[in-house]
Amino acid sequence: MSTRLTAHGGALAFEPGYADDAADALRNLRGAPAAIDFEPEHHPDSAAIAQLGFWIYLMSDCLLFAGLFATYSVLHARTAGGPTPHGLFDLPYVLAETVFLLVSSFTCGLATLAIGRRSRGATLGWLAVTFVLGLTFVGMELHEFAHMLAAGAGPNRSAFLSSFFTLVATHGLHVTCGLIWMAIMMVLVVKKGFTPSTETRLACLSLFWHFLDIIWVGVFSLVYLFGVS
Amino acid sequence: MLGKLTLSAIPYQNPIVMGAVAFMVVVTIAVLGTVTLLGKWKYLWTQWLTSVDHKKIGAMYIILAGVMLLRGFADAMMMRAQQALAYGGHAGYLPPEHFDQVFSAHGTIMIFFMAMPFMIGLMNCVLPLQIGARDVAFPFLNSLSLWLTVAGAILVNLSLAIGDFSRAGWLAYPPLSELRFSPGVGVDYYIWALQISGMGTTLSGVNFIATILRMRAPGMKLMRMPVFTWTALCTNILIVAAFPVLTVSLALLTLDRYLGMHFFTNTLGGDPMMYVNLIWIWGHPEVYILILPAFGIFSEIIATFSGKRLFGYTSMVLATMAIALLSFLVWLHHFFTMGSGADVNAFFGITTMVIAVPTGVKIFNWLFTMYRGRVRLESPVLWTVGFMITFVIGGMSGVLMAVPPADFVLHNSLFLVAHFHNVIIGGVVFGAMAGLTYWFPKVFGFRLNETLGKAAFWCWLVGFYVAFMPLYVLGLMGATRRMDHYDNPAWRPLFVIAAIGAVIIFCGIALQVAQVVVSIAQRERARDLTGDPWQGRTLEWATSSPPPAYNFARIPVVRDRDAFWDMKQRSVEMKAAVYRPIHMPRNTGTGFVMAVFLGLAAFAMIWHIWWLAIGGVAAAMVALVHHAFDDDRDYYVEAEEVRRTEVLRGRAQLRSV
Amino acid sequence: MLIASKKTGDRTAMMDRPAHRRLARLLPFSAALLLSGCRWAVLDPKGPIGLEERSIILTATVLMLIVVVPVIALILLFAWRYRASNVKAEYRPDWSHSNRIEAVVWLIPCIIVGALGVIAWRSSHTLDPYRPLDSRVKPLRIEAVALDWKWLFIYPDQKVATVNEVAFPANVPVEFHITSATVMNAFFIPQLGSQIYAMAGMQTQLHLLASEPGTYQGLSSNYSGDGFSGMTFRAVALPTPQGFDAWLAKVRAAQQPLGAAAYEQLALPSESNPVAYYSQVQSNLFADIVAGRLPQPASRLLARTPVRAHRAGPLAPMVMSGMPGMSATRSN
Repeated sequence: MSTRLTAHGGALAFEPGYADDAADALRNLRGAPAAIDFEPEHHPDSAAIAQLGFWIYLMSDCLLFAGLFATYSVLHARTAGGPTPHGLFDLPYVLAETVFLLVSSFTCGLATLAIGRRSRGATLGWLAVTFVLGLTFVGMELHEFAHMLAAGAGPNRSAFLSSFFTLVATHGLHVTCGLIWMAIMMVLVVKKGFTPSTETRLACLSLFWHFLDIIWVGVFSLVYLFGVS
Repeated sequence: MLGKLTLSAIPYQNPIVMGAVAFMVVVTIAVLGTVTLLGKWKYLWTQWLTSVDHKKIGAMYIILAGVMLLRGFADAMMMRAQQALAYGGHAGYLPPEHFDQVFSAHGTIMIFFMAMPFMIGLMNCVLPLQIGARDVAFPFLNSLSLWLTVAGAILVNLSLAIGDFSRAGWLAYPPLSELRFSPGVGVDYYIWALQISGMGTTLSGVNFIATILRMRAPGMKLMRMPVFTWTALCTNILIVAAFPVLTVSLALLTLDRYLGMHFFTNTLGGDPMMYVNLIWIWGHPEVYILILPAFGIFSEIIATFSGKRLFGYTSMVLATMAIALLSFLVWLHHFFTMGSGADVNAFFGITTMVIAVPTGVKIFNWLFTMYRGRVRLESPVLWTVGFMITFVIGGMSGVLMAVPPADFVLHNSLFLVAHFHNVIIGGVVFGAMAGLTYWFPKVFGFRLNETLGKAAFWCWLVGFYVAFMPLYVLGLMGATRRMDHYDNPAWRPLFVIAAIGAVIIFCGIALQVAQVVVSIAQRERARDLTGDPWQGRTLEWATSSPPPAYNFARIPVVRDRDAFWDMKQRSVEMKAAVYRPIHMPRNTGTGFVMAVFLGLAAFAMIWHIWWLAIGGVAAAMVALVHHAFDDDRDYYVEAEEVRRTEVLRGRAQLRSV
Repeated sequence: MLIASKKTGDRTAMMDRPAHRRLARLLPFSAALLLSGCRWAVLDPKGPIGLEERSIILTATVLMLIVVVPVIALILLFAWRYRASNVKAEYRPDWSHSNRIEAVVWLIPCIIVGALGVIAWRSSHTLDPYRPLDSRVKPLRIEAVALDWKWLFIYPDQKVATVNEVAFPANVPVEFHITSATVMNAFFIPQLGSQIYAMAGMQTQLHLLASEPGTYQGLSSNYSGDGFSGMTFRAVALPTPQGFDAWLAKVRAAQQPLGAAAYEQLALPSESNPVAYYSQVQSNLFADIVAGRLPQPASRLLARTPVRAHRAGPLAPMVMSGMPGMSATRSN
């Protein structure tokens, strides 16, 4: 029995109307003892499954942040006679950081559109812009931390500062991992073009990037806005 | 260069520990030596260590669980012996520093490296077969999860030889677990072993949810899934939801210990009560993660061995979902005595009791499955009946302690210890043993010796009651847990009886080891030639024993619950005339390699060898990226080869179309 | 444990007796075993809190046994009656649903849980450790501090302190304020009732009353490290207020002040401390401990200690009103 497969940019496709589907169907119609009760065509959509799996992972990550948010909520008032949010947080600076991150989410979306158009150049371009914006965000955050450390407001000064640094830095660490991932993906796009696996991974990356954006909105509101008010 | 690590980390002066270390070394050398002598390194690497086949991964999880059961049980025997000896001024043979490590290791090992791997292993072996799939959704991640868990287990065992283990109990409450009060490496071993294996477990959760939701055979709607699949789905949702909280709790403790932060310290604003809350928000769902698969196993077994449909399928499914949801609403019952106030205590007490309702419903459903059935009293059923009775008693003591004022006098006593062993041994361990006996023929192709299995069951059952009923009494006599010695000589006879119970359980374990050895020796006599040794009802029994790597040559269409039983009723045979090429993932060593590097990195973190820690993580990331760039990750089993395999297993239709 | 027959000295004669007679012979032996010197503590309370808690335990157990006993009986019955070799039993392989059975199995547990829920709600409030006892007698305030690995009791109104022994008159409500100067512990006198955690930086409260004079065992029920097992104390309920005054006099006779320096010495890790008395206590000592104003005990150093010798805990007959640290002090 020939296998009648074609390769389709790495994916597998069965030609429709494959011979024994008809034979199976016919046999069942004739009311013969159902010797065979198999699927006519069944191959799992691995791209969709990969994205579902990534969503589930993101939900677990969401719970991780939930734990950190809960800890911050409980410990944010425990300043142990040390620096408080009022003295520490520079809202305009943080607003600038936020804008960079939000815009990077937008440019990531543009990159996604470029992938849809199969435009290698535009994809790489927008990913590069996203990368730079993300890197700027991380840089600004590190600068903020350095400033706080120099002012004696480091994470071991009080429970408030421990929980602040941990929440914000965990988010920053996730962004950094996203940046590394982005760089690797850009290399992959250059080397292999838009294979199904590359596309799936880019879709997961953009999910990740938007998710981090949403978490940052939470951080900005709960930690900075709430803290200073 | 080597951080805090020096030769003095090896506990030369402690004869008991050195004896244990020597034993481990001898066994390791024996195993490695045997593999070398038999020339099986290549086989081991290509067929097992790099395997992404869920059946092999499941088997390796269960082997890990078995080995760690021996280690954890040795700890149990040591504790029972100490408490039988150390009364009224006698010191026993274990100094407190050692005893405290023993009970901390016992709990940690039994939960994280025995019960979890056992259940995850059974889910691995069975789930894809039960839903008519060829493998899990992410086979490489599956392999990574296994090896991360093994790395964690190795770290715990390494702590015996190099340094020491935590003395802060299996949950490492601060401030005791903070650097100030636990200045050694023990708590660090605990933290990193759990973080590493916890990563593996979380990935498993993602894997199984995706598998169950997206890879079922056509026609297997959700309400046609086997109950074991339902319980596995709920279990893995719990894993994905709860384990991140464990990760956070341990990470914050790590930050306190390593970077001097103040999450849970006594000073500068730290709040140990926060840790207690966080760890139990994980901890309570964790015990349901352990028990739900066991419930599923019992459901399958009781239906199959009663020759009857499971009673109340819909309410079983609803009860499972209710238990999963409610498990997140009860965590405070683990610390009613922390002083949260009457309203809070009462609320959580009531939610805890409410969980007893769906659990009770399940017991009744199993009961009425036996009713008007034809119950074959083979060892899986013995384990099931033993479970039903034992679990009901354990549940009773649990609901009792769910009333906060009752807990006020019973919290942290031996009554509590008796309760949780009652439900964990009666529920989880019995379930694991039942599942092992039930599915062993499917995975390995031959049955386990039934006589030895029955004998082992009776030893476990009797041993459990003899070991733990005295503890209920001791708790009511005011005895608290984790004592390395006590003043009241009247308690001693009860501790002696408990020690005898432990010895009886040991006989059970010895019989199980013998069972495995004897069964392997006699495997030709006990071959499962049909693939269906128990008159099974679910799809895994539709394959040969063991199944081919690809599980099903053709994926069947499911038309009812108890899919295989339904096929048997309709005289449908799982024989195809036409075969297709089958898409299979290639084996890969990346999971193993990553776990080695991450394990090394964890060891380095414990001993403050910073360059090795960073290097280990970096190497693991390099391995991952290398795997990501690898295009040669799958292959096709040609249709002709599938046909030949099926013919060999007697499953091909002999006439062609 | 089967006793050979006295008449013939031959075991087979014993086996000929009916089973229930054999069991009857065992009962006195096991009863003696169970009751020998045995204090049931939780089931034999000596105070109203403990009494109410025992009554809850017994009530809840009985309520649950209503369901549990029939269920266990049915499990055994069904497994036996419907065993495969019993072909006389009815076999209905496809019967798997019954609305009536479902209704019963959901409803009955709900009712029992409902009853237990009401008990839980009410008793959580009446037995709240923070709730003062209903008594017209003025409560005696005692402050308890968990140290490594002993209990310090401060009587703020009487201005004395003790280690590992707390005394109060019977039938007088005692208001405990509890903290820890070290890790989490728990304050527990099983025969009087509830326990509550002792945590650093904060204080918890517990109201207890002893309705009978006597000496009761007290302990820490939350593991706190290597010396935890020796962290027991005596709770002495004196028959009369005069008896309590006499005890106070005994404490004052120790002529041992507890100021900051003495406290610092006391707070060093030690275990199985004998009872000690302090005749004068620095005022606000407890508040200072809670607020962390006093120097914290030294951190626990890693030490490989030798296997210990015979230890006598605080329940030993000898009571020493001597200096702190008389037991083996470990640099742990």
